Amino acid sequence: MSGWEEAERTLAAGEASLVSLWADGPRARLALLSGPELRILDHEAPGGHFPSIGRLHPPALRLERALAESSALVPDGLPDTRPWLLHGAEALSYPFLPAKGEHLHQIPVGPVHAGIIEPGHFRFTCAGETIVRLEERLGYVHRGVEALMEGKTPEEAAKIAARISGDSTVAYAIAFARAVESALGVVPPSRALWLASLMAELERLANHLGDVGAICNDAAFALMLSHCGILRERVLRASFFCFGHRLMMDRILPGGVTTDLSADGIAHLRALVAEIGQKFPRLLSLYDRTASLQDRTVGTGILRPDLARLWAAGGFVGRASGRDFDARRFYTPYDSLTFAITVRSEGDVDARLRIRAAEITESLGLITQILDRLPAGPLRSALPAELPGGSGEGFALIEGFRGDIFLHVRLEGGRIARCHARDPSWFQWPLLETAIAGNIVADFPICNKSFNCSYAGHDL
Amino acid sequence: MLRTLLEGLRQPVTEALPTDPEFAELAKKLSRETRRRLGRGLAIRVLDAGSCNGCELEINALANPFYDLERFGLSFVASPRHADVLLVTGPVTRNMREALLRAYDAMPAPKWVVAAGDCASGCGVFAKSPACLGAVSAVIQVDLVIPGCPPTPARLLAGLLALLGNN
Ligand code: SF4
Repeated sequence: MSGWEEAERTLAAGEASLVSLWADGPRARLALLSGPELRILDHEAPGGHFPSIGRLHPPALRLERALAESSALVPDGLPDTRPWLLHGAEALSYPFLPAKGEHLHQIPVGPVHAGIIEPGHFRFTCAGETIVRLEERLGYVHRGVEALMEGKTPEEAAKIAARISGDSTVAYAIAFARAVESALGVVPPSRALWLASLMAELERLANHLGDVGAICNDAAFALMLSHCGILRERVLRASFFCFGHRLMMDRILPGGVTTDLSADGIAHLRALVAEIGQKFPRLLSLYDRTASLQDRTVGTGILRPDLARLWAAGGFVGRASGRDFDARRFYTPYDSLTFAITVRSEGDVDARLRIRAAEITESLGLITQILDRLPAGPLRSALPAELPGGSGEGFALIEGFRGDIFLHVRLEGGRIARCHARDPSWFQWPLLETAIAGNIVADFPICNKSFNCSYAGHDL
Repeated sequence: MLRTLLEGLRQPVTEALPTDPEFAELAKKLSRETRRRLGRGLAIRVLDAGSCNGCELEINALANPFYDLERFGLSFVASPRHADVLLVTGPVTRNMREALLRAYDAMPAPKWVVAAGDCASGCGVFAKSPACLGAVSAVIQVDLVIPGCPPTPARLLAGLLALLGNN
């Protein structure tokens, strides 16, 4: 049995997690994780044929659909060959899967939604008010990110990587920087690594605060949205004060960071941590004491732990369904910081909210530790103008607020030959389809918000 | 809950009207007719035509208590049929072109289009991608551009208020 087929078997048996699958010229490349070890396997055959992974391991299906439509490779035996990210001329006649049964009706929603959110299409098949099946159709915000990066210098491409999913700009910038550094054999200064993690924790804090407010708002509890909105705004303003950009875009580049943290900045962040540390627990106890709110979140949109494991669901989606995984365990400076990773098993909207709440507290602790122990030194290491030997490759697995982001680069002559980015949403979107089955249509917004998958990160 | 409510009242966070000279200039260019028709209220339909979602985060922030856009008569509406203004973000992707046109066509006249962010204005990092059509103005006529990557909420607010002639 070849390494590829062996990998397919271990994935299907649940002995390893799929990290990503992509095309690079004539090669199909597969990244998988067993324990802390991330392996990359290649398959190259005449005519570009390779045995489909999705055939035995469904989490690979959408990745293979995207690969097949954008490369010359052919996943043999791929059960679903419909277009995915490239809608093309047949955009309006996409064949949704049939749902059969008595008294079923369909509700098409999107790509344009009622709120201020990203575009995507949801096709609900319902029996009365109950959702029997949801099928997603994505790709509307496909900007051709990966192709656009090819031929660019690492600095130019970093700007694009930082805009794959705006809410995770820091996490993507770190993933891109670490991947390029490992391809070039560059070691960033430790102050840069610590500052990057500081920004990552601020980003996590801002997003989790926004999500907690928005989930409660979807249960018509607007008070929480307002209070969480104030705290979120304070984080963004502190980020602007310290790093000069509310979302901290373009502050992390291959080799290090562009902006140092001043003594004023440190004081500002300490005040921010104190304020949130004082106010957030009271908001959480308000949530705890409001039975009508929990009536909407407890038991709603349950994601089964076995599916979370099989799909290697990252972030709060996985951790609320028993999957004890957080990529921060594997990289600096988290190896020398103390933080707890909360895991729950209920898998409902309430569990996903509570995981975020626990992570808000942990991020406050991490920010304080980073401020206490921030190493002195330079901010950036220079990148060699030309690569040794003309080419190199590297990857990174970085924990964004939403889950683990995988990013792989291959460089040639100092330019990007291929860059592949896999957002955690790739494995969370399909799980939303399973979690919503059996719930009522009116609970879809709150379930969807509790997953908060990225359209832009997925569509690329 | 009462305690939480009262506490919120004790320390108001809502801020004064933002001013931005850049938009004062733009406002002068808008015809008197436009201002007369819009009066004091603006119903805005936001449409993401390919954004990285950064612009959406800042547009959403307009509703938080610091900016509280409804106090200016600005409100986000769910349907393009209720909207005066289409606020578009992102470099228009090929896959969103049809949806953008349909949303625009669904709006009653008179209607205005605001392109928010560098992508929507045509100078963002995705401008040259074959998967994108470029600026919003490549697909529909644009009345006002609010630059930034993403534009800050204060800037968005100043831009929208320029439409009302408030600046
Ligand atoms: S302007 Fe910037 S923030 Fe807005 S969509 Fe484009 S890249 Fe994202």
